[in-house]
Amino acid sequence: MHTKSLKGLTIPLISVLAGFIVGAILMLIFGYDPIQNYQNLLKGSLGGIYSIGETLRNMISLILTALGFAVASKAGFFNIGGPGQYLIGWFGAIVFTLKFSHLPAVILIIGALLCGALAGGLWSMIAGVLRAYFGTSEVITTIMLNYIILYLVNFAVKSWLASKGSDSSPNITTKANLNTPFLQHITDNSTFNWGFFIALAVVGLVWFYFKKTKSGFEIQAVGLNESASQYAGVNVKRTIIIAMLISGLLAGLGGAIDGLGNFENISVSNNLPNVGYNGMAVALLAAGNPIGIIFSALLFSALQIGGLSISVYSNTPSEIVDIVIASIIFFVGIKYAFELMTKKGWLKRKNKVVKGGAEK
Amino acid sequence: MSLTTILMTVFSTTFVYAAPLIFTALGGTFSERSGVVNVGLEGMMIIGAFGSTVFNLTFASTFGSLTPWISLFIGALFGLVFSLLHAVATVTFRADHIISGTVLNLMAPALAVFLTRVLYEGKGQTPVINQSMGNFTFPLLSKIPFIGKVLFTHTSLIAFIAIIVGILCWYFFFRTSLGLRMRSVGENPMAADILGINVVKYKYMGVLISGFMGGIGGAVMAQSITLNFSASTISGQGFMSLAAMIFGKWNPLGATGAALFFGLAQSLPIIGVYIPLLSHVNTVWFQIAPYAITIIVLVIFLGKAVAPAADGENYIKGK
Repeated sequence: MHTKSLKGLTIPLISVLAGFIVGAILMLIFGYDPIQNYQNLLKGSLGGIYSIGETLRNMISLILTALGFAVASKAGFFNIGGPGQYLIGWFGAIVFTLKFSHLPAVILIIGALLCGALAGGLWSMIAGVLRAYFGTSEVITTIMLNYIILYLVNFAVKSWLASKGSDSSPNITTKANLNTPFLQHITDNSTFNWGFFIALAVVGLVWFYFKKTKSGFEIQAVGLNESASQYAGVNVKRTIIIAMLISGLLAGLGGAIDGLGNFENISVSNNLPNVGYNGMAVALLAAGNPIGIIFSALLFSALQIGGLSISVYSNTPSEIVDIVIASIIFFVGIKYAFELMTKKGWLKRKNKVVKGGAEK
Repeated sequence: MSLTTILMTVFSTTFVYAAPLIFTALGGTFSERSGVVNVGLEGMMIIGAFGSTVFNLTFASTFGSLTPWISLFIGALFGLVFSLLHAVATVTFRADHIISGTVLNLMAPALAVFLTRVLYEGKGQTPVINQSMGNFTFPLLSKIPFIGKVLFTHTSLIAFIAIIVGILCWYFFFRTSLGLRMRSVGENPMAADILGINVVKYKYMGVLISGFMGGIGGAVMAQSITLNFSASTISGQGFMSLAAMIFGKWNPLGATGAALFFGLAQSLPIIGVYIPLLSHVNTVWFQIAPYAITIIVLVIFLGKAVAPAADGENYIKGK
């Protein structure tokens, strides 16, 4: 009974709480006021229409990269390629929008999003193919592919998209912007954009895919037991490749939406986009559950957006929220420790009852 | 430029860039040979770079030119303490190794930049260190004609130390009983346990040593290349070291060789302009070479059969 309830919400909730406590302790040690800061965090993330708009916008890419990670892990794979797939998706969407800017808005947007998603999917599929046919660890290949695409995109932006001497591509045409005047108007000029609804729709699609389709079922079967699926007639190689393809499609779509709705261009960068890693964190907290990912993304998004105002209202470094995020995932990772604790606590409680009975 | 000068530049830059990778990749072999997958090397380097830089800035006036060397040790200690997270999570609490390693990579930059802001008036980067690891000319060896100039003049002393450490690590793993035991824990923990080897102890040792060496790697990076600490001091070197370890087939000598090769790939964009054949090649190809080569090597030569057999699996006694 207890182990069953642990598999539900207990572990994530304890982990979140523990993460916040770690953050609070750290703030106390260095003389910052945790209660004040957590209040500012709440105010900065959900305290007004503008901040809510920002938090919801920031959720988009977290949801999509998390879904991407979750799909791969359902098939038993650890796709660390989220940052790279997000980046190539962003790049693909910007390239499409810049090169076909004469197309009507709707077609331009759909084309750009598809182009970005497909780029992410194909990039991730490389790892899938290598895994399926050569048994190459997807952990290693996706890490390597991340850095390869980082440098390739930098190279392409600098030598192809950007004008001479510049490190950024030109901005995309306004008609392709997902952050429309209407949305700006109702959200106090936040960056909230239509991508949010796309992300929610995709959550539904992924949920449906795993619950109701044969292909989704096959992915889970392969994740549970590769050889058993093989004997049952599942084409394991194809399933692996499909899982990695979908995984990359989702992360790529996240990059594409951010490209059109938030950044509006692409620049040379020294580091991989953090959102890919944070998406992993979101998925890990939600244990890969598509609906859980929405809530987990809301939490992390609020932390990130609220974190910005922490350093505005006080001199507390905003990195504290990243420490909280990392701690939460640490606690999710060591869930065995909680299982141990509950087990012992449960035993203790039982003993007490017996003792109490004896005393009477 | 004369051939000798070109070669001298090639070797010295290669050594400078290879040194952090060698230490970190060697650290990786310790962790993985004891059966704990370590994708958190990047995080360990970040913490090492941070610790060493803070020490260097604080004590440069006390220790003078010795400071960078003591800083390496401090960076190593920081890395060791930080890696305790990974050891506790994976060995004691049976966490997934990749998740735990990812936590290190998420935690390290957050924690290090947080502390940097606490220590340096809210700034996200430290001031530049005054006492850095300069270049070194070997007293006698540099007198050897040609080779002395190419290999032993104005070069990186720490890289030579790194190579020696690499050889020592090989000796440890393949010529000492302690090393054999550590390898056995990574290959077949149950058999090792039955033979009376303390599996938990060796796994902790493996992870902590990797933290120690990763910390040195990060410290070397900060003390000889970036000369300060910020969020971008370590940008992918930990993952490149991971690649070097794999490319070197989890063998310290292989890892050292691979790290040297990756050091060459990193230095080529800088020195390529002086080399007639290479000056037309775009630097992007040198940048992606280490990563692409690692994938190709994994696919063609290795498959999955070379990693320690029980790498990444949690050993649960009595199961």
